[in-house]
Formats: sequence, structure tokens, C-alpha cells
Amino acid sequence: MGLLNRLNDPIGLDGIIFGTVEDLLNWGRSKSDWYLQFGLACCAIEFMAVNASHFDMMRYGCIPRSSPRQADFVIISGTVTLKMADRLKRVYEQMAEPKYVIAMGSCANSGGPYWEHGYHVLKGVDRILPVDVYVPGCPPRPEALQEGLILLQKKIRMEEIFRKRKRLAEEDLANQMNYK
Amino acid sequence: MKPNEIFKELKVHFGEEITELVENPSSDTYISVKPEKIDEICRFLRDNDAFKFDFLTLLSGLDLKEKLGIVYHLYSMELKHRLVLKTEVPKDSPNLPSLVRVWRTADWHEREAFDMFGINFQGHHNLIRILCPYDWEGYPLRKDYKEPEEYHGNRVPY
Repeated sequence: MGLLNRLNDPIGLDGIIFGTVEDLLNWGRSKSDWYLQFGLACCAIEFMAVNASHFDMMRYGCIPRSSPRQADFVIISGTVTLKMADRLKRVYEQMAEPKYVIAMGSCANSGGPYWEHGYHVLKGVDRILPVDVYVPGCPPRPEALQEGLILLQKKIRMEEIFRKRKRLAEEDLANQMNYK
Repeated sequence: MKPNEIFKELKVHFGEEITELVENPSSDTYISVKPEKIDEICRFLRDNDAFKFDFLTLLSGLDLKEKLGIVYHLYSMELKHRLVLKTEVPKDSPNLPSLVRVWRTADWHEREAFDMFGINFQGHHNLIRILCPYDWEGYPLRKDYKEPEEYHGNRVPY
């Protein structure tokens, strides 16, 4: 955006910036997206490495939250068993809109090594949640997760919030009509 | 104490209950016993001063096609010797006494064997599933287990 460069320029625009509200909101949202910790298996170890000082996830503005009420997105790092699928869905439903999902690792993407004989594994978390970013790998390198995170931030930046909110409101209304 | 010495001693006390001593160069020597009085045998092994098996390392289930097997790995912290006990129960009535009153370790181990193989440990105070959900059907580690098509609205096969 180069906003800061212009703010430093006292002659040119006198501190006035032109833009849309949506741009400003999206900029703010994408740079402070708090995430819900949902470590399930060995991917969570790599995920912890991303959190730790070497890769330092917080510099992207991502702060770990333990409560779904305060989280903007959830990183599903690991194997989602059928037993956990019910709980995961419930936790996701408790998150406030707008909310996003990163599926980390083969298991969360497609069932991974359990795809054929895993009687207890959900074959891909996209069967129960709308996934925004898939991070492949078994487990993915920390760099891969960081890339996934940056992709999610890009996605948030490009979002048309007002149109999305309108669409959601319409869907809500339609659902209410269906319940009646 | 070596397993053959323990076997002789057990044979004196329990007679017919103790079936055989199996020595195999590629694995642990084990004593095969009948399931009906397994709790008494284990209590004897724990309390007798010559054995002092105060620790149940492991309890696991097996599917032997016609029968179900249960394996107990015992260890004595004091005398530093170990022992493997094996027993078998028929698949249509997989009942045998629980060891919870002998070693508390048996609690969760027996629940796991129940969860995976459907072995019914009689006298266990809380024999419910430990890994699978409570409403799961079937025993997953049995050879003839068929995975479900659906669970709570989620398709199970890929």
C-alpha cells in the first residue's frame, strides 16, 4: 500500500489518504488474525515450531487463542478422527464470523496415511468445515505453514466484506424460512 | 527366577489351571493358563515372597481367529524378573475375571482390550470403551471387523 511512506511525506498529501473502508478494514483484519489452537497429532509439533522464536508466527499478527469466541481462524493440525469430528464442528460453530480454516497436513486434507484402512478417521476435514487454505505435507515444513498463513492473509485482503455479509444475511433469512 | 521355575511352582499350587510352558528362541518364554482362575493365579504371583510380581507392564488382546487371546506381561520391581502369561477365551463367550483388584494398571488396559476385541472382563468396575466413541459398533481390531459406511452423518470410506 505504501501508506506509511506517504504519511512521512509532509508536503504531498498532508496526511490524507484516499481509499475504501473495505480496504482499510481488510488491511486491519488480515494483519491481526488470531487463531484457535487445534493441535491434533504430529503436525501440531511443526505448528509449535512455527509458534516458537525461530519462525515466530506472532510477527504476522497471529496470536494464539484457546477460546473459539476470540479466534478469527482455526489451524487444524493433524488427524481428525470421527470422534473428534463432532467436537471440531462444535468448536467451529462457536467461532464468530468472519472465520477461516487452514487444514494443515495430509490427514486434515484427505485422511493422509489413513485414507484406506482408517476406520476411525475422517477422510479430509473439508467434509465437515469449509476449508480456505490447504497446506500439504506429512507433516508440512514450518515454511509451508507460513506460506499457507500468508495465502490466508492475502485471501482476507481480497475479500468483499459487505457483499459477503449481505449474502450471509440472505442465507440466514432463507434458513429461517426453511425452519418455519 | 526363570520362567520354568515359576511354572513348576505354579503347577504345584494350581495344577490343571496351568496348561503349558512354551519356550521359543525367537520370543519370550511364556506360561499358558486357563482363563477361569486367572485372578487367583495373578494374586498368588503378586503376594508370594518368591515372585513379588508387583507391576503389570502390559495387558493386550489378540485375535487368534477361532479364539481371543489375552497376554499379561508381569515384572517384579524388587526381584527384577519378568514373566509372560497367556490365556485364551472362546470368541462367542469371551469372559474371564478382571485383574483390577490385583493391579490397578489393569483398569485402562482391560478397557482397551474390551474396546478393540470385545473381551468381557468380569468384575471390572467400569468396563466401557476407552478409545472409540461410546456409541461405536463392533470391535475394530478383530480380524472379521467391517468398517462402517457412515458415522454420525460422515461417510467413513474415502
